[in-house]
Amino acid sequence: MTTAGIETTVKPPEPHGESDGNNWRKYFSFSTDHKVIGIQYLVTSFLFYLIGGLLAEGVRVELATPDPDFVDPQLYNGLFTVHATVMIFLWIVPGTAGFANYVIPLAIGAKDMAFPRLNAVGFWLIPPGGILLLSSFFVGAPGAGWTSYPPLSVVGDKAGQLLWILSVLVLGTSSILGAINFLSTILKMRIPDMELNDMPLFCWAMLAASALILVSTPVLAGALILLCFDLMAGTPFFNPMAGGDPVVYQHMFWFYSHPAVYIMILPVFGMISEIIPVHARKPIFGYQAIAYSSLAISFLGLIVWAHHMFTSGTPGWLRMFFMIATMAIAVPTGIKVFSWVATIWGGKLRLNSAMLFAIGFVSMFLVGGLSGVMLASVPFDIHVHDTYFIVAHLHYVLFGGSVFGIYAAVYHWFPKMTGRMMNEFWGKVHFFLTFFGFNLCFLPMHWLGLQGMPRRVAQYNPEFATVNMVCTVGSFILAISTLPFLFNAIWSWIAGPKASANPWRALTLEWQTSSPPPVENFIEEPVLWSGPYEYGIDTLSDRQSVDELLTEVKGEV
Amino acid sequence: MKIPNVITAMLAGIILTLASLWFGQNHGLMPVAASEEAPLVDDLFNAMMTIAAGLFILVQGALVISIIKFRKRPGDETDAFPVDGNLSLEIVWTAIPVVIVLGLSVYSFEVYNSMGGLDPMASHDHGPHQMAMTSGAAIAAPLPGMEDTMPPATEQKIALGVGASPENQGNPADLEVNVMGLQFAWIFTYPESGVVSGELHIPAGKEVQLNIAAQDVLHAFWVPQFRLKQDAIPARTTELRFKPKVPGDYPVVCAELCGAYHGAMQTRVVVETPEDFEAWLQTQIALQKDAASQTVAMNPGELSDGEFLTPFVRDMGIDSAALEQLHPPAHHEHHNS
Amino acid sequence: MQGSAIETSQTTLDMQHGHGHAGGHHEAHPDHRIFGIVLFLIAESMIFLGLFAAYLTFRAVSPEWPPEGTPEMELLLPGINTIILISSSFVMNQGNAAIKKNNVGGLRAWFGATALMGVVFLCGQLYEYFHTGFGLTDNIFTSTFYVLTGFHGLHVCFGLMLILAVMWRSLKADRYSSASHFGPEAAELYWHFVDVVWIVLFLILYLL
Ligand code: HEA
Ligand code: HEA
Ligand code: CUA
Ligand SMILES: [Cu+2]
Repeated sequence: MTTAGIETTVKPPEPHGESDGNNWRKYFSFSTDHKVIGIQYLVTSFLFYLIGGLLAEGVRVELATPDPDFVDPQLYNGLFTVHATVMIFLWIVPGTAGFANYVIPLAIGAKDMAFPRLNAVGFWLIPPGGILLLSSFFVGAPGAGWTSYPPLSVVGDKAGQLLWILSVLVLGTSSILGAINFLSTILKMRIPDMELNDMPLFCWAMLAASALILVSTPVLAGALILLCFDLMAGTPFFNPMAGGDPVVYQHMFWFYSHPAVYIMILPVFGMISEIIPVHARKPIFGYQAIAYSSLAISFLGLIVWAHHMFTSGTPGWLRMFFMIATMAIAVPTGIKVFSWVATIWGGKLRLNSAMLFAIGFVSMFLVGGLSGVMLASVPFDIHVHDTYFIVAHLHYVLFGGSVFGIYAAVYHWFPKMTGRMMNEFWGKVHFFLTFFGFNLCFLPMHWLGLQGMPRRVAQYNPEFATVNMVCTVGSFILAISTLPFLFNAIWSWIAGPKASANPWRALTLEWQTSSPPPVENFIEEPVLWSGPYEYGIDTLSDRQSVDELLTEVKGEV
Repeated sequence: MKIPNVITAMLAGIILTLASLWFGQNHGLMPVAASEEAPLVDDLFNAMMTIAAGLFILVQGALVISIIKFRKRPGDETDAFPVDGNLSLEIVWTAIPVVIVLGLSVYSFEVYNSMGGLDPMASHDHGPHQMAMTSGAAIAAPLPGMEDTMPPATEQKIALGVGASPENQGNPADLEVNVMGLQFAWIFTYPESGVVSGELHIPAGKEVQLNIAAQDVLHAFWVPQFRLKQDAIPARTTELRFKPKVPGDYPVVCAELCGAYHGAMQTRVVVETPEDFEAWLQTQIALQKDAASQTVAMNPGELSDGEFLTPFVRDMGIDSAALEQLHPPAHHEHHNS
Repeated sequence: MQGSAIETSQTTLDMQHGHGHAGGHHEAHPDHRIFGIVLFLIAESMIFLGLFAAYLTFRAVSPEWPPEGTPEMELLLPGINTIILISSSFVMNQGNAAIKKNNVGGLRAWFGATALMGVVFLCGQLYEYFHTGFGLTDNIFTSTFYVLTGFHGLHVCFGLMLILAVMWRSLKADRYSSASHFGPEAAELYWHFVDVVWIVLFLILYLL
């Protein structure tokens, strides 16, 4: 994406240490500026999203008809394996890390992340990781699903599977480095006045998510190291015929990959908690409850992993324990959902693109969450495990959740990042196409799964043909819906109307500096002159109005 | 102003409840319930659908009303009234999910228990090696080359899965069938009669126990109409015990990714009256005696997967090209074409 | 792979130390890097915990452990090795005590001794590898044995490199002083970590 059109509205302060100015080349360099890195993350991960989406379209075209006629069945397995790996490790995880990178230092009034070079290293691990993964198509794509369960994963094409392992190790390392940075930054670099309980909720969410990354990702690395030995050296770790145990891999894998789903949703929860109050012009409802429920989700997320293994080698009592722990997650998550709704209720909603996607997020995530609680129930999960019901659940939480939230965040922070406004009309077109296409594509999958269609199949029972065709049409609409966004974003970045420092009249610190911010973020030390969400204080007679406050601050900028 | 508000709220509540209750019973999402355990799962699912529908209507309703009622009026640039919390409300919406979730846990536990999920024999696993040790004592497996991996047919039940329901615990099932999953077919062995079949026949109204194993990679045995599924794990036995009820023809689906033709790994289960079942068993015994005296090649264990699959091509919808690719140089090799 | 993570983060942290002026504001927060290292070590310990848990599970589900046919493990050499590694932690601590008193020579001497002990440990480990009488893929025990000790050995190698790097850098006058000794401190923290991991490893692999 070209950035030649970018101009800052405020002259950067005297170049300080780094002199890369506003040259577009900086986005291709080993920059240590968290804002550059944030945008590097975002643009890179969005490109991978397009690639992952293209692979998904391959999947859907194959499934348009019951016969395996579009691609070879082995290649089909490669398609959805790489699709899922790209979407998770190269789109949602780095995409949310991109926003956190850009916004968090600004939101806590810091000049940069705690470890800027580490940060750059974290980003620059992403492109090689992605290239490793995609290059597997040239040697026989990995075909054991994104879960790569042995023994299947060690009896197929070795080269492709090896590339998958290496790529996930590289991307996991990047994620760990990011987590170390976020934890240090949030805990140690806030401006002096900001207590933990004055932090924007996005920071709380990133704390919770980073802690999860820190303790769970390494276990995946351990599992992949063992898997790699099985694959390349013929060790028997997961080979049941030689005394190993494939179920151990499943435990290690899900010890990471269940927390991974909260790693992918917690940052989005945080972003939604930022976006909704601003555009509803109302304080967030229940700040502390939301903040602490992030931590509760993070903790509970660590002790529920075996709910992915209810039909696997798990004894009955273990299934019961994990069922109850899993269901408990509905409570803190419910607190969040209800709090968002209560924030919206009684507000003065600006129904712009950011807000539409944010509300869309709440309503679509709800559907995925409700089906999640059903899955937690062991007797029911025994029926739907590894069916299209799961595929529906996971896309409702990951697409209806994470992706909707990321889009909301793009519309919300685009002015800050680029200094330009996005086009609202095309933003709304984008929203309605996405919303419609998404539901058309994934809602019918619930029925498919309940009726008997297993997942990960290139050919299926002809009785499911019609509904699958509907899903495929929905996926085409979904693919088309990215185009208005793409053109809107590129065009606005180059030639959109100039954005002021604070176009949304928001109260968090990132809006106190110019759009885009100068190299070290704030020309003067920012001051914490209000809580992050004190909208509507003007209706209380004895307080200054938000606008008065904002002009006062503007004078200072 | 106050009274109509209360009334609308009550009306909304009643409509919400009625709508969820109706939807919970009439979603029509589940296929036929063909086993005795299936209705238990369906009732549980209906309860969850009722709760989900209620929560769905509540939250989406609030969102839709907000969008209509609380959107910014043109020209109004002011902020909304700043409500930033309400302790009693927050307690309510923490407590209600707690209650729901506890109720669902208990209910699920009950259902799982009466299905036999907590059968101590079935869920006590001694790990993969125990299997290998006991298999020597097992009734000789009828398939040459598979003795090592065939589940033991009698005595020790050292399996994972769904076992006997509490009232049947300790009693042997009426019929045991050994199920072997391999790339890409199911093989059913009736240890008492030695019958080997590519499709599963079981008598309605009798307790059936499946001893499930895999030969190469993970598979999963699933019959949607029984609401039962269990992974087949190499060198380990898992178990499913249930009582088929409604005679009919249902699909047996492999639900765990097992390679290129995972989607083709389907066969059928025929639930028939005990008399029909007995008749079928007798024809099979007769047939297999014949075949054994003629040629060993009829034995599925001797065939390559491709040859073995040929009779099922019709059911699975594999075309000849796909089948071609299936012909491996030697059987029992891991071959991902 | 994880090795590279250590490396990059470590070098990065070191680079920040070396060129603290570039960031401008880093001097203001001297303790972040140690905090970062602690976080990193938490992540590292989770890998080991995962591997230990896998080992213990394999062990628990096996009817016989180690599986029959596995040669008897020799305890003497790894015992000596353990003692060497544990004492090296104390030796290294002396180095840090020295630099806190501005004694760069002491730092170099004690770190040199630590490095030597590390090398001895690694040689002992290699010697053991050649005399165990079993191979990597013989059975589940031998595989976990080699992978666990090998992965730990990699960490020892890396700790060794850190120590050598600190010694090399200490050649430049005024690099380390009682006021600024992040490098030695980080290296020591890492070395203690490697030590603790070994103790657990020794307990569950050899003694249990
Ligand atoms: C962003 C990702 C994300 C999120 C947030 C979730 C959230 C949840 N998930 Fe999901 N899940 C996935 C991604 C995610 N999941 C993926 C990718 C898979 C498939 C992996 C694979 O096999 O490939 C999966 C699979 C999966 C399974 C395994 C199914 C199987 O394979 O058999 C289960 C089982 O318990 C489950 C449960 C849950 C639960 C209980 C939640 C909860 O956190 C949801 C909580 C939210 C709500 C409940 C809604 C809001 C709450 C209220 C309105 C309060 C009141 C509600 C009640 C009292 C019910 N998920
Ligand atoms: C964040 C995660 C995420 C996202 C966003 C998506 C997005 C989509 N997914 Fe994905 N999916 C997963 C995560 C995700 N998926 C996971 C974890 C699995 C499980 C895998 C497994 O079983 O191992 C899965 C599996 C999965 C399946 C099941 C496969 C199977 O079991 O056999 C299907 C089938 O329909 C599917 C479809 C789609 C579709 C249609 C989209 C659409 O939303 C995509 C929209 C399309 C686009 C965004 C493309 C737009 C652009 C273009 C078309 C052209 C431009 C391109 C270039 C310039 C390069 N997915
Ligand atoms: Cu066998 Cu899928
Ligand atoms: Cu999960």
